Amino acid sequence: MTTNVSGLDVARIREDFPVLHQMVNGKPLVYLDNAATTQKPQVVIDALVNYYTLDNSNVHRGVHTLSQRATEDFDMGRSKARQFLNAASDQEIIFVKGTTDGINLVAQSYARPNLGEGDDIIISTMEHHSNIIPWQVLCQEKGAHLLVIPINDAGELLIDEYEKMLTPRTKLVAITHVSNVLGTVNPIDQIVEIAHNRGVPVMVDGAQAVPHMAVDVQKLDCDFYVFSGHKIYGPTGIGVLYGKAELLEAMPPYQLGSEMIKSVTFEHTIYNDLPFKFEPGTPHIAGVIGMGAAIDYLNAIGLDRIDAYEHDLLEYGMECLSGIGGVQLIGTAPRKSSVISFVMDCAHPHDIGTILDTEGVAVRTGHHCAQPLMQRFGVPATARASLSFYNTKDEIDLLVKAIDRVIEVFS
Amino acid sequence: MPGLNDLYQEILLDHNSKPRNYRKLEEANRSADGYNPLCGDQIQLYLKVEDDKIIDVAFQGTGCAISRASASMLTQSVKGQSVERAQEIFDAFHTMLTEPDAELDYDTLDDLECLAGVSEFPTRIKCAVLAWHTLRAALDGKTEDVTTE
Repeated sequence: MTTNVSGLDVARIREDFPVLHQMVNGKPLVYLDNAATTQKPQVVIDALVNYYTLDNSNVHRGVHTLSQRATEDFDMGRSKARQFLNAASDQEIIFVKGTTDGINLVAQSYARPNLGEGDDIIISTMEHHSNIIPWQVLCQEKGAHLLVIPINDAGELLIDEYEKMLTPRTKLVAITHVSNVLGTVNPIDQIVEIAHNRGVPVMVDGAQAVPHMAVDVQKLDCDFYVFSGHKIYGPTGIGVLYGKAELLEAMPPYQLGSEMIKSVTFEHTIYNDLPFKFEPGTPHIAGVIGMGAAIDYLNAIGLDRIDAYEHDLLEYGMECLSGIGGVQLIGTAPRKSSVISFVMDCAHPHDIGTILDTEGVAVRTGHHCAQPLMQRFGVPATARASLSFYNTKDEIDLLVKAIDRVIEVFS
Repeated sequence: MPGLNDLYQEILLDHNSKPRNYRKLEEANRSADGYNPLCGDQIQLYLKVEDDKIIDVAFQGTGCAISRASASMLTQSVKGQSVERAQEIFDAFHTMLTEPDAELDYDTLDDLECLAGVSEFPTRIKCAVLAWHTLRAALDGKTEDVTTE
């Protein structure tokens, strides 16, 4: 049965996600917290179980069969991630714990050696704390400045202001592709072009972008791109840092240990080639294999179809919520991914969250690790419904019904 | 799961919409700031304490209905009480929320009993206790901000 613009068979897709089929507080679960983490399809769960059941072994070491199988699957996970981002080569794909870890790697191994007193790093008002604090602390340490691109009331970057910020002292632009609170899709190609015209590299936080749209790092021409596996229906604890090979080659290692070396004496160590130079210790093998399975799953559905379906769902949700008296939407950019943040006149977001939960509806409430953005909009917190391709218009209707219940309690 | 009516009782909603003693207390000689980093709730609590007696108490801040109502009810319950009695009220309130099997001290709790339902919502207990930890910090004369983490 296909009943939507994108041709997705959502009823069948939902069958792939065992967690969705449960009652919460006596109501069918309506999971609208996908920007926090996505649910896992059975193929991802199976990939993890199969690895631990049949192939568990360390990689790149043993000559025995299990180790060869594990290594093959692990390496394939890297190739899948490379294709997913359309990176030029596997050596540009560094496995990290997640987006935060990847950003810290760039801060410590790329920015730290390149940043001096009086230099600038540019971020934006809509950054997640994890794309603020690594830069803030580094700037404080080095006597550098952290500059913040302002946004308008719809939640869009003021590109003219950004352009004015770039000077010969600018050492890096670190910017989110999609806002975790507003859903705004930033014009990364334009941001990169402006920065590159002045010789400034750009790191993109892609955590909220990759679940929703096809990303081509070569087309974007960004210098670094970071994302987390658990936001693309894969396991937690695994993510990817993409970096242009020439930049990664020139960077010192982030952490030191085994796997990232070629040879060691007590006097001297020769570091390994990319990507291993940045991957000390036994990696999250199951995580890489599970993330690979998630990428296969997304590719089988098609990110373009996902984008179209989620966009339709977003429009429906925005329309429904904006029609409720006393509900104010935060984040109304025309280019937006499927995130709906809102506040209500009658109730604090935390109370909204609790009441929605009693109706089986899971949303995130709070500052979403973006306190400076909350301050920009003059709210202490928001409630956020973030949609996936397994969500439906019926579920949006249940969200609306649950919001009506909030109004009932607080009127 | 307990019903919403156990949580959002009339009296709580009333304190939320019309918080008592909601102002800055200019003549305060003790004060503390409380902060819940999880949800961003903030409270400033002001006390005027003389001869171990809480002469006056007021609060300001932003927060959810539960934290706001709890702070409002706090001001009513400790105003005019000795510091020692305020500590007893704190203990009774804390026990009510964190020890579900404990016997409740109804005489000490009085109206605060309407917040008992919060104990059934583990993620919200921090909202209810924020003002109370801030009270204790103010009485102890702590200068650091209080957090519920």
